[in-house]
Amino acid sequence: MTRGSDGEKRSRPHQPHPPSRSNGPAMRIVVPLQGVVQGRGGLVLGSLLPCALFYFLQLYLKRHRSPKNDPSASASASASIIPRTLSRGQLSPRAQPPLSARAAALARPDDDDSLYYAGLRRCAADPYHPTRNPDGVIQLGLAENQLSLDLVQEWLVKNAKEALLGEDKEEGLNIRGLATYQPFDGSIDLKMVTNAVAGFMGQVMRGSVSFNPSQIVLTSGATPAIEILSFCLADTGNAFLVPSPYYPGWDRDIKWRSRVELVPVPCRSTDNFSFSIAALERAYTQAKKRGLKVRAVLISNPSNPVGNLVNKETLYGLLEFVTEKNIHLISDEIFAGSTHGKTKFVSVAEVLDAEALDKSRVHIIYGLSKDLSLPGFRVGVIYSYNENVLNAASKLARFSSVSAPTQRLLVSMLSDSMFISEYLETNRERLQRMYRLFVDALKQLGIECAGSSGGFYCWVDMSKFIQSYSEKGEQKLWDKLLTIAKVNVTPGSSCHCIEPGWFRLCFTTSTEKDIPVVIQRIRKVTESHRMSH
Amino acid sequence: MNKVVGHRVELSEIATSNTHGEDSPYFAGWKAYDEDPYDPVNNPSGVIQMGLAENQVSFDLLEDYLEQHPEASNWGNGISSFRENALFQDYHGLKTFRKAMASFMEQIRGGKAKFDPDRIVLTAGATAANELLTFILADPGDALLIPTPYYPGFDRDLRWRTGVNIVPIRCDSSNGFQVTLKALEAAYAKAEAAEMKVRGVLLTNPSNPLGTAVARAVLEDILDFAARKDIHLISDEIYSGSVFASPEFVSVAEIVEARGYRNCERVHIVYSLSKDLGLPGFRVGTIYSYNNRVVTTARRMSSFTLVSSQTQKTLASMLSDEEFTKYYIRTNRERLKRRYEYIIQGLERAGIECLQGNAGLFCWMNLGPLLEEQTREGELRLWKLILHEVRLNISPGSSCHCSEPGWFRVCFANMSLHTLEVALTRIYDFTQKSKTIKSLIN
Repeated sequence: MTRGSDGEKRSRPHQPHPPSRSNGPAMRIVVPLQGVVQGRGGLVLGSLLPCALFYFLQLYLKRHRSPKNDPSASASASASIIPRTLSRGQLSPRAQPPLSARAAALARPDDDDSLYYAGLRRCAADPYHPTRNPDGVIQLGLAENQLSLDLVQEWLVKNAKEALLGEDKEEGLNIRGLATYQPFDGSIDLKMVTNAVAGFMGQVMRGSVSFNPSQIVLTSGATPAIEILSFCLADTGNAFLVPSPYYPGWDRDIKWRSRVELVPVPCRSTDNFSFSIAALERAYTQAKKRGLKVRAVLISNPSNPVGNLVNKETLYGLLEFVTEKNIHLISDEIFAGSTHGKTKFVSVAEVLDAEALDKSRVHIIYGLSKDLSLPGFRVGVIYSYNENVLNAASKLARFSSVSAPTQRLLVSMLSDSMFISEYLETNRERLQRMYRLFVDALKQLGIECAGSSGGFYCWVDMSKFIQSYSEKGEQKLWDKLLTIAKVNVTPGSSCHCIEPGWFRLCFTTSTEKDIPVVIQRIRKVTESHRMSH
Repeated sequence: MNKVVGHRVELSEIATSNTHGEDSPYFAGWKAYDEDPYDPVNNPSGVIQMGLAENQVSFDLLEDYLEQHPEASNWGNGISSFRENALFQDYHGLKTFRKAMASFMEQIRGGKAKFDPDRIVLTAGATAANELLTFILADPGDALLIPTPYYPGFDRDLRWRTGVNIVPIRCDSSNGFQVTLKALEAAYAKAEAAEMKVRGVLLTNPSNPLGTAVARAVLEDILDFAARKDIHLISDEIYSGSVFASPEFVSVAEIVEARGYRNCERVHIVYSLSKDLGLPGFRVGTIYSYNNRVVTTARRMSSFTLVSSQTQKTLASMLSDEEFTKYYIRTNRERLKRRYEYIIQGLERAGIECLQGNAGLFCWMNLGPLLEEQTREGELRLWKLILHEVRLNISPGSSCHCSEPGWFRVCFANMSLHTLEVALTRIYDFTQKSKTIKSLIN
């Protein structure tokens, strides 16, 4: 998952090297052959070529085999997981039956992971706490909203028991309805949950658009939602155009099992990282030249990691573009309820409502992890205008279904529209406050943020603090921030940003009191940079 | 909704294929039931669902427990514990819950095998667990060998997105449908001939749809076969807690331990709470693997199918309550046994024989004598007749890939005793009639 290269590719067989490349064993075989061939023709070539091919085949097979049966990988993995008593069985690699290529690509040690995951891990190992661990790593790399959890908890404490019992209060806890099988894309009563979710989405979009419950497929989180859509809209090896920088998780969620390529469409700071239709056109043409079949454009709105909103004109342009190319549009609107700026959020659904367009190419991803701060409950939404997609997705959702007690809880919570509207309002206020405080504090250090109206983060320019204006320079700065300042931030390279030096800092996992600590920590790095330059 | 069907914009092959198999009789019966479901009061002539392997006989035990232990679903334990739960999306899963699962799995096996909580990977149901393992152990075009008859859902769950093939290991009634070495070798050879790389054997133990626990000797043979061919063995033990008569259930975990964990990196167990606890809606499944790389990979891949933290929290305390789980397992077994005996008697009265079963939530019954022609078509005609005339949804053996026509799976635990009684009466009436009107089945 490093920038540019596709981790998947490493597990695919390499093409056999032609003899001209300098390559130890190959050269030792080929050079003498070439020497022999030069002076002769026909018959000799006819017998030597098969020999050469045979040698290349051997090399090809050797390379192809090695990622799967790497004994050192399994040995290191076993050391970290298995207690001694159970490791008696960890004998020679010959006892290891091979795994699939897909698995082999991922079972390698952690240094293959992107910095995004590496940072999360290091933070988890030494987490900051104001009193218990004041020198720990401060987490600014996780887009989780902890600012309004108290509101959700309050509601649950008051209402959870009733929420789980449902209608039959006299009967007491009724597990029967809760526990038994249901259609996999739905609930105890499918209509009840999708109604509640549709209503919630409408409230999130502040009434500008109403959502149809029958166009909803529920999944265990937004992660499977985007994967299922990928399986439905594209075949292996096809591609999505994705304005970059983009959410690092998509590299795993989309490329891994559905094997869809992501073609970044780079955006620039001069445009505040907004994408243009012209850039999409260029990327589309280039992809075509490379022989890639583009099946969709994937955007996030509000954007992750920048936090900017896509305006109406661009949405119209986007719809025209995908219609002209006859491809799909996926709009990940998971932060729609988490806006904190003055600009009004416009969902692609709103634009579609107003126009007589062919909607069957538009799909929205949503979920409760961000706007409702409940990532643990695993509730994601595919909202599609395409009946065939809904059919296929609802069947695929069986592999990623939402737990029944959670569904039951949601029906209650989401139908409490008064609570929801109060929650959304208060949450937005708190987000706005923290955002402003963070931005102002960072300014003190000379760090500027990109314009942002939504999401849980600031997209900041720290390029003046990196030594060499390159991905490597950025990585060094990221490392300094993690090891010296002990703050975990997400480097732009993990998000496929083409301009080095940009970082994503999340402000929703801290309290106001933490801000001066964060600034003081970051100052260690910015000051030391200033002093040595 | 806009009724424009996506003619103009293309979907993927996966979206448009029918590998989901929902056009098969197995699912068609469900549809018929959905349209006209039996209800003792409101719809006494409706279709009785006997094609759904669900356990409803022991709900009251769970309800009682949860009522007596409200702390399981209590959110008032302070903001920090709520915060942890609401935000928890770690694919390692709650440690307390994994420990509880491991302990529960040990109890089911009467302490004859140990389970390490760190080898447990949680998934949203066994469906997801089986698909995940397939993604990890096999590449598109490869093959998994599965003994027939097998659970119809496998055709979809193991093949649809993975692109992996199923090659059947043919079993027949001559030996009670047990797997033989000959059948294993034949299946392997068939896959090879079709140029499919065999990656593993997937066994359901106890078997669905047979309702029998696999004999120890057969398990040993299968494990040896897997070792010889250097392939994997997936043991889906989802019905392990529903063994109600002898012979005792033997888990592949016991055999692995007995062999001192030698050569066990090829063994993986799938489990779930859907059958034994009767909680399919909770979506709790697990992969237990003796292979570290599989554990690591499965854990990461489980991001696509995490178990709700709320559910983990709710069930963790219940499953770690050993007194309760012992009691539950014992009582559930007794009740299943009684149900089984009841249905067997009822079927005997109607002149129908079943395979001698000792586990699961269903019987494997032989309606061969009622077929006017011993073919798949004959079986399907009989199935349709039973669905539309007798108003019972049962599962035809052909949808389970059974090589002998005439076998049907009939579930007995997903309804009240009264409903079962009604069903058995209908069957009795039908068999009496059909002795005389066999020729009219067309």
